[in-house]
Amino acid sequence: MSHNISPKPRVLKQNSTVLLEGMRDGIPIALGYFVVSFTLGIVAKHAGLTPWQGFLASFFNNASAGEYAGFTTIAADAPYLEIAIITLVANARYLLMSCVVSQKFAPDTSFWHRIGVGFDLTDEIFGLTVARPGKLNPYYNYGAMLIALPGWSVGTALGIMAGNSLPGSVVSALSVALYGMFIAIIIPPAKADKIIAKVIALSFALSLATAYLPYTAALSAGTRIIILTVLIAAVAAYFFPHHEAKEETAP
Amino acid sequence: MKHDVYAYLFIMSAVTLAIRIVPLTLIRRQIKNEFIRSFLYYVPYVTLAVMTFPAILEATQTPLSGGVALIGGVILAWHGASLFKVAAACCLLVFGVEWVL
Repeated sequence: MSHNISPKPRVLKQNSTVLLEGMRDGIPIALGYFVVSFTLGIVAKHAGLTPWQGFLASFFNNASAGEYAGFTTIAADAPYLEIAIITLVANARYLLMSCVVSQKFAPDTSFWHRIGVGFDLTDEIFGLTVARPGKLNPYYNYGAMLIALPGWSVGTALGIMAGNSLPGSVVSALSVALYGMFIAIIIPPAKADKIIAKVIALSFALSLATAYLPYTAALSAGTRIIILTVLIAAVAAYFFPHHEAKEETAP
Repeated sequence: MKHDVYAYLFIMSAVTLAIRIVPLTLIRRQIKNEFIRSFLYYVPYVTLAVMTFPAILEATQTPLSGGVALIGGVILAWHGASLFKVAAACCLLVFGVEWVL
């Protein structure tokens, strides 16, 4: 039992080739990440984070929705338990992705490679991973994250540094990049699956209603996100159990 | 700030990394429970949708520009524009609308 993916003697060369392939595919992801994480830095700045703290948050989380929710919680000076729950809920989808990717590994893949791939299992890298034919070589993921992760974490730090020196109109414009990314993640599957479209429409409607109705409007945005997510996803799962195809890809 | 930012960051990171790594290292078989699978399947759509709306209306200088960005982004994403293009288009729409106003 070794850390090698394949018992063949030319493993080292194969791994370096695969690493380069991952780096190549990581370039467009890094570019997109840079713009989005810059705006995330603006949110982090409002929460009182320094560039170094923003860099750390993005390096270890690399999750737009999760970090956004986390920064909002930090800005509200909420209890520590709340940031744990909000991060769990905002990032719950990675549980499923992690389960899916575990099926892509060769059975003898080492513990350390599983941790290495899990470290940066983002929506986009997950997309690359499941699109690769055959068993997964961890070096492909390492290549992609080697390019994408600096784009994300450095972008966040720069957003904190430069966000406030930008004119209000530019900040206002950049502030919606993150929402644009969320839209780009949820809308294409809604086109393919009418139930997802209905679930999103219901989510929009209830989110709007709870933001303004008495009692629920008094709750923090993070708490409303938790309650609505658990409620709507549970109802959808109960009434519309999802039967997955073989090569299912979550967003 | 009553709470320590580094403690917040540590908790966030620990939870995120655990979510990503624990199933990969421990669960070697597919989850069989249909309800849990379905629940996890729907979670991302609900949570991202709830985060986006109505927050996008409050992120911009006027709700109108945020609303235009939302509608424009949905239309572009529906027609298969990439994540990068949708995000950039939303920004340009906000900038354009606020410039005209």
